[in-house]
Amino acid sequence: MPVLEIEDLSVSYGAVHALTDVSFSAAEGEVTAVLGANGAGKTTLLRAITGLVRPRKGTVRYDGEQLEKMSVEKIVRHGVAHVPEGRSVIEEMTVDENLRLGSLFRFSRRQRGPVIEEIYALFPPLAERRRQHANTLSGGERQMLAIGRALVSRPKVLLLDEPSLGLAPIVTARLMAVLRDLTQASNLIVVLVEQNARSSLSIAQKAVVINLGRVVVCEDAAKVAGDSELRHHYLGY
Amino acid sequence: MQFFLNITLGGIATGMIVAAVALGLVLIFRATNIVNFAQGAMAMMTTYIAYAVLHQGSGYWLAFVAALATGLLFGALTQVVLIRPLQGKSPLNAIIVTFGFLIFLEGVAGAIWGSQTRTYPAPFSEAGQKIGNTQIAFSPFDVFVVLAVLALMILMLVLFRGTDLGLRMRAVAFAPETARLLGVRVRPLLTLGWALSAAAGVLAALLVVPTSSLTPNFMDVILIYGFTAAVVGGLDSPVGALVGGLATGLSLAYVGGYLGGSLEPMAALALVIVSLMIRPEGLFARPAPRRV
Repeated sequence: MPVLEIEDLSVSYGAVHALTDVSFSAAEGEVTAVLGANGAGKTTLLRAITGLVRPRKGTVRYDGEQLEKMSVEKIVRHGVAHVPEGRSVIEEMTVDENLRLGSLFRFSRRQRGPVIEEIYALFPPLAERRRQHANTLSGGERQMLAIGRALVSRPKVLLLDEPSLGLAPIVTARLMAVLRDLTQASNLIVVLVEQNARSSLSIAQKAVVINLGRVVVCEDAAKVAGDSELRHHYLGY
Repeated sequence: MQFFLNITLGGIATGMIVAAVALGLVLIFRATNIVNFAQGAMAMMTTYIAYAVLHQGSGYWLAFVAALATGLLFGALTQVVLIRPLQGKSPLNAIIVTFGFLIFLEGVAGAIWGSQTRTYPAPFSEAGQKIGNTQIAFSPFDVFVVLAVLALMILMLVLFRGTDLGLRMRAVAFAPETARLLGVRVRPLLTLGWALSAAAGVLAALLVVPTSSLTPNFMDVILIYGFTAAVVGGLDSPVGALVGGLATGLSLAYVGGYLGGSLEPMAALALVIVSLMIRPEGLFARPAPRRV
């Protein structure tokens, strides 16, 4: 069973150590929640997996390949989709163009239509706005578009950076439900970075807690959610 | 009335050439935030090559195609050799490099071909036409100018709006990192952008050279008007380049026609000042991102 395996990963920005010896693995059909305070290194972890920053040492292995040696474009083409923080839709393009862009490298012109329709079925609010420019969308719709655009290439690994940031609780809950179903239905490997520990633990099977660039907890999500001392200490609730 | 009509037509012809220059500037600016000062000089070098082809005994159209092809290649090469090494640094570095390249190219052209004026032919008559009893100052060559630039604009529009390649190029222009995360190979697209921009510049040069004649600095003035047009239209909008070009061409024509030719450059500056005061982001600039 293919897993995403991160071993001894260290990243520095000049003299600042953002990540130190981070190791964990994420399995198929499971959501792995990466939790931690602001500045813990969660975003850096995702950026290192997709090659946007290069690790000082350590490896990222997936499906028999060592990702840390590949270019960003190649990693993405290998089936790793990354939705960065801040609903990174391209505002100058329409909803449809954003989705088409996501499908380009995987599907031929013919195949694209049906694949994009699947995304509209998954996120119906987007279907009503397909000809609108992305800058007219609400926060929740943008997040749907950003995630939909990542899914349209049928990735096997999905990296999500703070998808619930700035969303109303009910929108977050709906998004999490979609993610949970999708992970099981398509046997995805999902790495979910969140500050909102409560909602991400509700759909995660595994939890990795990062503090000051180091992994301090790597456990079953249910265990972390049930450990009030740990929650209090690192997750603040 | 006839005088007004004539200078309006003249303004439109000039405006279309200016629009082609502006389009070249916009193509590079919106992809990389670099203003390419060397665009005019690059087109000038290419025009000298076309001149050489022409005097080999080839016809006008062979030289025309050769110039466009050389322009594409020259643009791509410039990006790979001069601009790519500066990627990731401040755009100001690259802007200063393009300025240096402008001076370098004009020096090289002067050293090779001297500063004497050469005439470059037009493919069609440059004489105005008589319609009924009225003399119209719009020649068959002016018609060609308008059609050629319109064709360029339509080609760009089809490329950007109708093809996958254009979708990728727009993605790289608007959000390079997001584009990479969607599997777009950014580097070749930047090179292509420079190639297309240089070709637009070469087209402008070929359209202006029959009236201005060929010297190492014959593109300087038209480049300044191109900047005017690009700023008026909004530096990242191809449609803005067309409208800005026409606005610039018409302002120049009216000021030149009614107030005297020596005031023309002032007209361009006045247009920039007014448009920056009223709409600093340019007429057709993309809307500022609205955070919800």
